[in-house]
Parts: sequence; C-alpha cells; structure tokens
Amino acid sequence: MGLVENGKMPKPLTALLNISRKYSLWVYQWGLACCAMEMGAAFASPRYDVMRLGVIPFPASPRQADMVVISGTVTDKMAPVVRRLYEQMPEPKYVISMGSCAHCGGPYWDSYSVTKGVDQIVPVDVYVPGCPPRPEALLEGIVLLQERIASEDMTDRWTRDPIVVS
Amino acid sequence: MTDVSNRNQLAYIAAQASDARVNVEFETEGMTLNLGPQHPATHGTLRVIVKLDGERVLRADPMMGYMHRGYEKLAEVRTYPQVTTLVNRIDWLGSFANEVPFILAAERLMEVEAPPRAQWIRTILFELSRIANVILFLGDMGVQLGAVTPVFFAFRDREFVLNQIEAVTGGRFHPNFDRIGGLKDDIPKGWTEETTGVLGRIRTFCDEMEDLVTGNEIFQARPRGIGVIPAEVGLAYGLSGANIRGSGVDWDLRRDGGVGLAHDQVDWKVWTHPDGDSFSRYWVRLQEVREACGIIEQLLGGIPSGPVMAKVPRIIKVPAGEAYVETENPLGVMGYYVVSKGDLVPFRVKIRSASFSNISITPWVLEGAYVPDVVSILASLYFILGDIDR
Repeated sequence: MGLVENGKMPKPLTALLNISRKYSLWVYQWGLACCAMEMGAAFASPRYDVMRLGVIPFPASPRQADMVVISGTVTDKMAPVVRRLYEQMPEPKYVISMGSCAHCGGPYWDSYSVTKGVDQIVPVDVYVPGCPPRPEALLEGIVLLQERIASEDMTDRWTRDPIVVS
Repeated sequence: MTDVSNRNQLAYIAAQASDARVNVEFETEGMTLNLGPQHPATHGTLRVIVKLDGERVLRADPMMGYMHRGYEKLAEVRTYPQVTTLVNRIDWLGSFANEVPFILAAERLMEVEAPPRAQWIRTILFELSRIANVILFLGDMGVQLGAVTPVFFAFRDREFVLNQIEAVTGGRFHPNFDRIGGLKDDIPKGWTEETTGVLGRIRTFCDEMEDLVTGNEIFQARPRGIGVIPAEVGLAYGLSGANIRGSGVDWDLRRDGGVGLAHDQVDWKVWTHPDGDSFSRYWVRLQEVREACGIIEQLLGGIPSGPVMAKVPRIIKVPAGEAYVETENPLGVMGYYVVSKGDLVPFRVKIRSASFSNISITPWVLEGAYVPDVVSILASLYFILGDIDR
C-alpha cells in the first residue's frame, strides 16, 4: 500500500488505477442543509442522473466512500463531526464543497455559530459556488474532478490548487 | 398535562438506570444507541440518543443545534427586504412559504395591504411550495421503510413544480420573491396553462403513490399502529400541521387563521385522520397534496387583474410596534413575532417554526417503541433540520 502513496507505481499501473477511480467514485450519502436537496436532485432524480458519470451515491458509511460532498452550512457544533467523518474515509479521498455556506459562510457570514469555510477543517478539491448551486453545477464539478483524477499523480495530490467551477 | 410530565419523569428514571440494567425476566442489558448527527434517516443533522432495553426504547432524547445558524440574531442586523433572503432558508423545501408570514407581519406594522392580484399569486406560490415540500416527504417515507423507488418518483415530479416556481420568481429553490406590499413581478405569459399541466402530473404522482406505497401490504404493515399520538397529548406538545390533523384535530390556519391570503376564496377541504399513528400522518399529507392541486387550479382560473405592488416607499422604514402573524406552512404553523422601533432593521424577530415543536414530542412518542420503528416514527413526524434549529 505504501507504494501508492509514495508515487512509485509504474506508469501503466497508475493510469489503470486512475481510470478505475475516475469511474467508480462512491459518494457518501450525507446531507447538511439546503444544498443537500439540490444534491439529492442531482443524485436521486431521473432528470440529472449522476450514475451515468460513474458516480455511485449509495454508501451510508464513510468507510465505503471515495468522495464526500459538503452540502450546506457547517456550524461550529457540526465541525468536529465533519472532520471525524472525513478522517474515517479511506485514501484516496476527495471533497467537494458545495454552496456558499460551505465555502465561506454564505448568507451567514456574520453569524456567531457558523464555521466560515469548511476548508478550515478539511482539504477541499472542488468548489461549486451558488446558493444553492443548481444540480448541473454540481455535475460539472464532478466532471472536472474526474478529469483531474484521470491524470493524477499521488505525489502532487496535496500540493495542487483546488478546482473552482465557474 | 400531569399525565405527560409524569410519564416523562418515569422514562427519565428508567433511562438513568438503563446502562447497567439487568432485566430479571429476560436478562437483557441496557444500551445507548446514537442516531446521528449524521444519519440517512434524520434528514440532516439531528442527533437522537436512544436508550434501549433489548429492542425496546426506554428513552429518546433529541439533540438539536447542529444546524443552528442564529437567524433571530442575524435578522436584527438585516433590513426588512434582506430578512426574506434569510428566512427562505429556514424550511428549505418550501422556501416561498417561509417569506409569507414575515412579510404579512411587516405589512401589518406598516399598515399596507397587498393588491388582490398579488395576494392570489402569493397563495398560488404558497401552495406550489407546499407541493414541492410534501411530495418529497411522500417519497422519503418509502425510503425510511426500505423502499427506494418512491423517492425517484418524487424527485422526478418535484422538478416540474420547481420549474414553475423558477419561471415566476427566477429562483429554483430560494425565490425571495415576496415584497412588503406585494410581489416583485407579475407572472409570465402562458404560465397558468403550463401550471395546469404540471398539476395533472402531480395528481398522477399521487395516484401512483396510492398504488405503489399506500396500498402496498408490506408498507401498511410497518407504520400502522406505531407512534400513536392522542389528540390531547399532541396539542399539549404544540404539534401542528399534518401531525396534529393525523390525530383527528380539525385545525388548519389556512381556513381558521384569517390572514391575508386567498384561501377563503376557493372551495377546499381540511383532511383529518382519527388514528394518530404514523400511517395516518402519511395519509393526511398525501391528501393535502391533492387538495393543494385543487386550490391552485381554482385560483388559476380567477386571478384578478390589477397591479402586483401597492404603494410603498423606496426605503422601507417600519413604524414602531409589534406584530405576530402565523400561517399554515407545509410543515405546520409558522409564525413571526416582529418588534420594530421605527428603524430600517427589526428590533427583534422571534420565529416560531413548526418542526421545533413537532420534534419536541419525540421523547414521548418513541418511549416504548421498538428499534426498527424509531426511524419510521421519526420519518412520519417529518421535520426539516433548518426548521428545527434555525
């Protein structure tokens, strides 16, 4: 297992792993606030149908998930839980921050109980802006993340910049 | 009332002893089960601490505050038009319905009245957001009992309702369309015909739910007879909406409230169910979606002509005073108590949200239930976390 994290895999094997990861992203079934309903629309409705992208939104346990969508407001009371759930996910793991609340507090920017940005507690790979973002925006974020996974190198995973859907 | 508190006290004592308890007859051990704050059945981040004796629940404590965003404090630093942007996000499934009681309270303080056309369109959007809210419950109730299919049906038809809301307001989810003195805009051309088509779809959806879920023997076996709330206990805990109508109390603020909406202009019925169990709450909601379709259909036929905005000053300063307005929102009674000191911002806003009261009955109703029933009782109470914690 150490080989993968060290980036010492042979190139064809890396390509194979990347393509497998790209098309079998298991998304953790977890909603926080309003954005969870748009996430639900993207994941569970026949109109947006995320499964055609190779994303499987079924695991109800973080230990089976590759990706988590932080869908909504993270409060100071919830923040330790978010961190703990993130830590329970197996590597390699990806985080999509969905909606203004998760980015920076959004409409609650001056609230006493809201964490201003989930990136203070977990590393974020993709930012999907909006309040809430449309399901199409979330799908674009997922597609961009998949493109990145396709050419991923484990050694520079932690140094790259996050994707911002615009 | 004495009965309610007595029972609570006994349950508390039993739960205190539960962790070390050994039942002499069956030799069972106590156990504490933590449901949430992340759990697929809690619609968000509710945490329920369930103390068990074997399979039976001794006591259940809902822990709130994981979604507390401080609305009442934030409303004190937002101007009146800005507050509607905030309150949209309380009950995020039926967003437009949240704006209405606040705007009505502000209008009462300013002594303006929306023109009839605005009131009718308001009522139509109010009922559309009820449909958008409740059909997701109908799908979700199936999911909590182990049937995944209904939620796909619900999301499919919810999209059409959201399209109609978006066509008028420009916002799919959070419209922010209500203004003090009326509405931001008129409805677009051809919208009424399209909406009539969508209502047909929603009616078909209700029929499908009757066939797929309500009439299903397996579904009937699960929620019937569990989570029974007698009418007097429900009233003592402050339950409202379909939860109390499912216990046979004929109370609906759309009919009895007399606030400035156009519900009294049309012919409709308040549905109740005498049983008070999980199934009856589900059944009442299903009928309410049908009834909302009828209300919208009748309103669409006779929207009065005229302006959609009354004369209000450009910069809204609300005169000093206080007002409390409550309406029958999708989840139950929602009220705003607005205190103004004649400023640009409210001095104090107290929000009475339905789910907060609805969830307060969980210790009472879950006591004595079995573990598999906990989720279905919670699902049938139908709460939204934003509406609980605010």
